Amino acid sequence: MSSISGSVTKTEAHQAAVTPIRSSLWRQALHRLRKNKLAMSGFIFIVFMLLACFAGPLFSPYADNKINPANMNAAPSLKHWLGTDMLGRDVLTRLLQAGRISLTVGIASMCISVILGSILGAVAAYYRGIVDQIIMRVADLLLTIPGLPILFIMGALLSEWKIPSEYRMYIVMLMLSFIGWPGLARLVRSQMLSIREREFMQAAIVLGLNDRRKLFNHMIPNIIPLLIVVATLSIGGAILSESVLSFFGLGVMPPTPTWGNMIDAANNLIDFEKHPWLWIPPGVAIFTTVIAINIFGDGLRDVLDPKQKK
Amino acid sequence: MSTYLLRRFLYMILILFAASLLIFMLYALMPGDFVSNNMKLTAERKAELREIYGLSKPVMERYFNWMNNAFHGNFGYSLAQQKPVLTLFNEYIWNSFLLAVTSTFFTWLLAVIIGVIAAYKQYSWFDTLVMIGIFAAMSIPSFFIGLFLIKMFAVDLKWLPPGGMLTTGSNATGMEFVREVVDHMMLPVIVMTLLGVGSLTRYFRSNMLDVIRQDYIRTARAKGMRERVVLYRHALKNAMLPAITLVGFELPGLFGGSLIIEKIFNWPGIGQLYMQSFTVRDYPLLMGFTMFIAVLTVIGTLLSDILYHAADPRVRL
Repeated sequence: MSSISGSVTKTEAHQAAVTPIRSSLWRQALHRLRKNKLAMSGFIFIVFMLLACFAGPLFSPYADNKINPANMNAAPSLKHWLGTDMLGRDVLTRLLQAGRISLTVGIASMCISVILGSILGAVAAYYRGIVDQIIMRVADLLLTIPGLPILFIMGALLSEWKIPSEYRMYIVMLMLSFIGWPGLARLVRSQMLSIREREFMQAAIVLGLNDRRKLFNHMIPNIIPLLIVVATLSIGGAILSESVLSFFGLGVMPPTPTWGNMIDAANNLIDFEKHPWLWIPPGVAIFTTVIAINIFGDGLRDVLDPKQKK
Repeated sequence: MSTYLLRRFLYMILILFAASLLIFMLYALMPGDFVSNNMKLTAERKAELREIYGLSKPVMERYFNWMNNAFHGNFGYSLAQQKPVLTLFNEYIWNSFLLAVTSTFFTWLLAVIIGVIAAYKQYSWFDTLVMIGIFAAMSIPSFFIGLFLIKMFAVDLKWLPPGGMLTTGSNATGMEFVREVVDHMMLPVIVMTLLGVGSLTRYFRSNMLDVIRQDYIRTARAKGMRERVVLYRHALKNAMLPAITLVGFELPGLFGGSLIIEKIFNWPGIGQLYMQSFTVRDYPLLMGFTMFIAVLTVIGTLLSDILYHAADPRVRL
């Protein structure tokens, strides 16, 4: 930023004379992001998916999920765009309702793991010593144990304890963030260790600020760009993990639909071979949503945190 | 270096101990065991069997027994298959290895070729296409793409078998046998390659981009060297070097199988063995498998650090 060549400064000065632009780093980032066509198309798709899933079912005549024995396993038609399932329910409506759960689980588990990971990572880097040791050793331990088998065990535990279907969704969020925070804590800690030594932190010490203010008002704001990028990218991962768990019947269970447990239809040989409209649309939905999230997240990284690119 | 390695090694042992305790507790916490699922047994017989298998003892005692045996190279006895866990691992692991090693080979080959070309022609239409492909490959739900390919190539087109390692009832030998296995491997290898190739291509692309901008590349060009020589002899070598640190991280994948892919394609590997044992709560096998992966992960990380040092002596351990 410091070495702007003469000509650029001139044009910028010219622009400033014509229209007074308020410029901040965030505004510049937003401006650059808007110019990235690929990232913006990802963003538009995400917004479209959110709108379709959360508002779409409101306009569907089949939103009550009434069982219709007269119209079972019907192929896609004008009345039912994606056909109906073995209970005669409209697949498109269920797909959108499932999207609500899958997206919510993805976003919520990302939030929990980002909050956990950044607070624990920041605390470890700030206090050092024994606190650092405890937090990072636990993180190391969790990173050593293979994630998928652990998720499977936890999923099986939920089934054994007969957790009602409507609560499982929340527990699945917690499970995914339990697996997700250690990697994040490591990243945050390494950033914090360098921030901790900067001059403005000395100023904060001289001012006699308490630890809470130093941590939350002075240290964490410095890694917010990084956190935004990592958070965005981790939503995709969380959606994928949830779908794997639900597909194997260890995540969110029917009757609560998710994209993962809708694909479960493929475990039935007849549905797999003869009724592809039951399981291909949810798979495509997962795939396209995660691509959009990854593309958008990558665009965000380009503008917010170019150093991390690799 | 050697003090560092010693410290790392001790820490590794410590972490593995903690991991073993955690893994054991998780499985011990799971309600129900191998005996309780069997409807044919009477209550007395169940109690008797639990006594024989040592399931009735207190949890901590069971843990110490397990660890003690593990140190003597005995990871217990699979209850469902009535064989020692390690014997079973040895039976299944090589099938997993076959799948993993083939797909790892193709993944690396494709990633290097595509990554290098994309970097060399940065911002060309090919590069853009590769970038989109990378995002797509990184976003594939593995189980879905597996099912989709089975539906397309096995069910609809009938080009390839849907799963397993051999055709049912087949007793082919020699070249016939090899052909059959290759046919069955095709789909799972394609899926595993697809899943891995995205991030690796990206890695090689950005490495190559870094290297191309270095001064010594400019020097090589200024000397009037042919572009091919500059690219392959000077740039590629240096772009490949950091990748040897990734070899360590491949270790759990190479020997640990893939739970999802092996399950979908019904491949008789160690991941599939895990999934089967999971439904019948065959704890010795489940714990052995989880611990095995944890050990591989730790060794892999250590290996990466050492290789990193070997590749780039500027990195001090």
